[in-house]
Amino acid sequence: MFYSATLILVQSASSITCFLRLFTCTSLVSLGLNSHPPPPCLYPSPSLTRLSWSTLRTTMLHLTTGRVGCLLSKQAVVALTSSGARMSSHGHHEVSDSVDMSQPMYWDRLDTPLPDRPWKDVLDSTDKSLKQKEKGPWTALSKEEKIALYRLKFNHTYPEMKRPSHEWKTVIGGMFIFFGITGLVVFWQGHYVYPPQPHTFGEEWQAKQIQRMLDMRINPIEGFSAQWDYKNKQWK
Amino acid sequence: FSPVGKMFRAVVRLSTSGVRSLARIRPCYSAPLASRCYSHAKVETDEEFDARWVTYFSKPDIDAWELKKGMNTLIGYDLVPEAKILDSALRACRRLNDLASAIRILEAVKDKSGPHKDIYPYLIQELQPTLIELGISTPEDLGMDKL
Repeated sequence: MFYSATLILVQSASSITCFLRLFTCTSLVSLGLNSHPPPPCLYPSPSLTRLSWSTLRTTMLHLTTGRVGCLLSKQAVVALTSSGARMSSHGHHEVSDSVDMSQPMYWDRLDTPLPDRPWKDVLDSTDKSLKQKEKGPWTALSKEEKIALYRLKFNHTYPEMKRPSHEWKTVIGGMFIFFGITGLVVFWQGHYVYPPQPHTFGEEWQAKQIQRMLDMRINPIEGFSAQWDYKNKQWK
Repeated sequence: FSPVGKMFRAVVRLSTSGVRSLARIRPCYSAPLASRCYSHAKVETDEEFDARWVTYFSKPDIDAWELKKGMNTLIGYDLVPEAKILDSALRACRRLNDLASAIRILEAVKDKSGPHKDIYPYLIQELQPTLIELGISTPEDLGMDKL
């Protein structure tokens, strides 16, 4: 009973994590907002699909709000404000926005400081003039200009890449919910599905069984009967 | 820094301490402390490694791809680059008019140090003349080391 319960709980725990990710994956995919597909540094498994990479990143970013409603609106804000995303042409009406993998891609990775292309490669006139100024001595640049130049080329700083997310709370919470549901299922099962207990489990039968085992001197040296004090008729 | 060289030296030390029982387990063990089944390839010293990388970044007409490739490869190694390699890389950024990459390199090096918090301040101290000369601000100066 205990064994089957733990099996069910372990299985449900692993399935809940996949389920949660799949759930957020499909919900975000259906919004068509897969803007940043490259593998995030904190999930190094190469077997993850492109869809999972982007949604994991965006999931990490947006589960900080903690609410599904805010999640959807924040998602839209991020997608609209970032001009660095390499979207395909506007004629696309597929579920997911496919990224042209033959072009250099941008990614934020701790182990790859300089990605193949800059974050923002569509520069407006202020950006272009700043880039011109960059060709001169850097001592002439103000702090804000230097920060602006960094933000043109890169999306997240290293601390931002390494920021913790609140995803674990969702995962643990979901796990416990599934434990609870599983517990209810197991309880219902025990009540409605299991056949009645064999008659040999009853108190009276068990007492007679133990007495019989003692009479037969089962394992009298080191085991069962060895624990029984025959003289005083009690357990040692 | 040469991790392979250090490994080699570490193993030699183990053998000279006289761990006989360990030696018996090795299948290719023949004469005591005479022959070892290691590759006979020449091990690059730390100085050679550093010099190679300094030369790489010192190329006068280095292009952006080479800088990216070099930096990404260097960060991929299990070591924190020496100040002279970083100096060469920062100067390469200057030749390419790329301040953002210079700051990124400093961030990457800080991250590479991992739990050894004293490496990064040491490197910044060593690179201070270059940083002042080229006008590169550290991420701390720009307030980018905080979230």
